[in-house]
Amino acid sequence: MSDLWTVVWKEWRDSIFPGGKIEYLRPLVFITFLGIVLPFVDRQGWLALSGAMVFASVFFPYFYILNYIGDAFAGERERHTLETLLASRISDRAILLGKVIATVSYIWGMTVLASLLGLVIVNLAKGPGPWAFYTPVSGWAAVLVAGMLACLLAASGGILVSLHSATTRQAQQTLLLGSLALFVVIFFTARALPSQWFRGMSPSQIFLVALLVMALLDALLLGIAMASFRRSRLLLK
Amino acid sequence: MPEPIIRTEHLSRTFGEVKAVDDLSLAVPAGIVFGFLGPNGAGKTTTIHLLLGLLEPTLGQAWVLGFDTRTQAGEIRAHCGALLEFSGLYERMTAEDNLDLYGRIYQMSSLDRKSRIKELLTHLDLWERRKEQVNKWSRGMKQKLAVARAIFHRPPLIFLDEPTAGFDPVAAAALRADLAALVAREGVTVFLNTHNLTEAEKLCAQVGVIRNGKLLMVGSPDELRTRKGSSHVEITGQGFTGQILASLRARPEVAGIEQQDGRLLIELRGEARTAPLVSLIVQSGAEVEEARRGESSLEDVFLTLMKENKNE
Repeated sequence: MSDLWTVVWKEWRDSIFPGGKIEYLRPLVFITFLGIVLPFVDRQGWLALSGAMVFASVFFPYFYILNYIGDAFAGERERHTLETLLASRISDRAILLGKVIATVSYIWGMTVLASLLGLVIVNLAKGPGPWAFYTPVSGWAAVLVAGMLACLLAASGGILVSLHSATTRQAQQTLLLGSLALFVVIFFTARALPSQWFRGMSPSQIFLVALLVMALLDALLLGIAMASFRRSRLLLK
Repeated sequence: MPEPIIRTEHLSRTFGEVKAVDDLSLAVPAGIVFGFLGPNGAGKTTTIHLLLGLLEPTLGQAWVLGFDTRTQAGEIRAHCGALLEFSGLYERMTAEDNLDLYGRIYQMSSLDRKSRIKELLTHLDLWERRKEQVNKWSRGMKQKLAVARAIFHRPPLIFLDEPTAGFDPVAAAALRADLAALVAREGVTVFLNTHNLTEAEKLCAQVGVIRNGKLLMVGSPDELRTRKGSSHVEITGQGFTGQILASLRARPEVAGIEQQDGRLLIELRGEARTAPLVSLIVQSGAEVEEARRGESSLEDVFLTLMKENKNE
């Protein structure tokens, strides 16, 4: 556990907040869009979990994470820090999971923060009256869980790609193409599924099934990444 | 006899058709600086990777601190420090954070980490700049910090892969001095990869010479000089005629003669004495102003070994 925390600590210091002004601009842009601009535009629909709210809360973090995760191994390789890290006592599992946890906790943390800020913005925008909350609350929680699973999906896939990429740029290009391919597959699969499968299911139940599928995909990608983590392979890449 | 800290038996590693390490059998005693000498591409870095368990050997076996590199690589890495080909510093982090990270990795307590950071950075004259991001530092400073990181958790054995490569002579000498002082103070065993022969001569109690993955010779620099080197005498003067040169060549203790700018360079066999040769020259009518005897340097030995290996 302490190894995991060590890698998370290192990732936060080295990759997420290394001290330049640009590193503070990125979360600011994220929170401004997801926590201020979009809720202000959508108003009550935002609190009623409109399509725009669900879409933004799931896909915004997904694409944001792609910005960071490609750097996880490929960046260390480029900066010549990977070899020394691999020569230390820290376990394979701690290195890999630590990088995933650091990135997911950062982006998902910002998503939750933006969601709470959106609540404040909508209430301020609607003027005097009793404060409204996300309705239903369970739906809001489900959207946050979906956001987290989307982060984990991007992070698991991203770490797998980063493991096998020589440079961050290569990793990011692969991730972008991979994401486009994934969405095309999801779109056509959803259209191809027999409609009777969903007959009698409420939108909430369909959403839960989608969450379950995403969780399974996350676990699968993370498992593949862990299985393909070989120090010798990383060293010789 | 104490167990060597590093032992390899017929250790080999191939990459496709290339034999990076070829049948390496070696024993490194504890408490010394062991220099692993070889030209670029000789297999030095691959050997360190094999010893740290970062690469699997194709054949053979190795033990580091008694741990098998194939099955106990984690234990080896937990008990060793390493400064590999690159400094491996996180340049966007401060010097203090770089050391703190490795203290955390090696599970040192917060108090121990703090005191160790102060101790090492003070020793290396870097304490005042501990809060700076490393990317603002000179290469020499970074390398000193990387050495500090390698010994931070007080390992009994550290691997250094060409720590002064690419440095100017002044910076290299300064780093060497720091390295020697730290090693002496910490009592750590060092496996030092280098192609810098001055470095090996100054720091190493034992050296191994490797070329094309093959270990050519192991011993102390003095032993190597005795086994592969030779003595020579340089005579300055005038009147060194062809007849004198022929007489000298006929002497059994003379291995070779070269004449350069009024100087005679006589290569001697074994522990031959100089005085009879000087007498012969003077009696033959030449004038001798100075006769100076010298021993082969480690560089001479190294070059001889490289030449021999190339001819094989």
